[in-house]
Amino acid sequence: MSATDTPKRSMRTPLGRVRNLGAAHSGTSDFWRQRITGVAMTLLMIPVIVIVMMLLGRNQAGAAQILGSLPIAVILLLFIFASAWHMKIGMQVVIEDYVHNEKLKLVSIMLNNFFSIAVALASTYAILKLSSGV
Amino acid sequence: MALSIVHRATGVALYVGTLLLAWWLIAAASGPAAYAHVQAFTGSIIGRLIVFGYTWALMHHMLSGIRHFVWDLGYGFKANEREALTWGALIGGIALTVLVWIIAYAIGGGR
Repeated sequence: MSATDTPKRSMRTPLGRVRNLGAAHSGTSDFWRQRITGVAMTLLMIPVIVIVMMLLGRNQAGAAQILGSLPIAVILLLFIFASAWHMKIGMQVVIEDYVHNEKLKLVSIMLNNFFSIAVALASTYAILKLSSGV
Repeated sequence: MALSIVHRATGVALYVGTLLLAWWLIAAASGPAAYAHVQAFTGSIIGRLIVFGYTWALMHHMLSGIRHFVWDLGYGFKANEREALTWGALIGGIALTVLVWIIAYAIGGGR
């Protein structure tokens, strides 16, 4: 890399740098987020299991009441957010490892984003609806 | 031990399994009829097998992930340590799954 190629001075986009096999200077962000979300879910695992146990054998009214309480809703929202992000990154790694056709890879990565965001938003909406008691 | 592929496979299974989780939450937010559908499914033999498999995938992936955290921090690279971590994740994952299900049945979740 020449001196003019440093991120501060350069007018090249991150993609431009990557295409010329330079560093995009954001290559570790997914790695790091994968770890943050993984640690978060590990910490949340016991509370989440307890919540699921609390719901066993209850009907919808009972389940809705428990899921609508503030601490439980917050724990589940954190877990949903962390899992959606974690699984989006994880699946992208799997796609990049096994799908070698560029177009198919692009479509797969896009669908992966759609799926992860849809699952996260649908679950979040359900929790918020339960919390507001509508 | 070629267990990294199991970490990946359980990850993919959990990815698909989030559909069940989302379905369950949406049903709880929708009403008694929708929730009864989920309970009918999770109460069936197939449903129970899937949820049991999901529990194992989650427990194994978590322990196997902790193994990766240990490696990320720079520990556990000796051959015997690698073996111990891997076997720990494998046996621990099965043990935790069985434990969770015993507790679930004990508190009446098996009805």
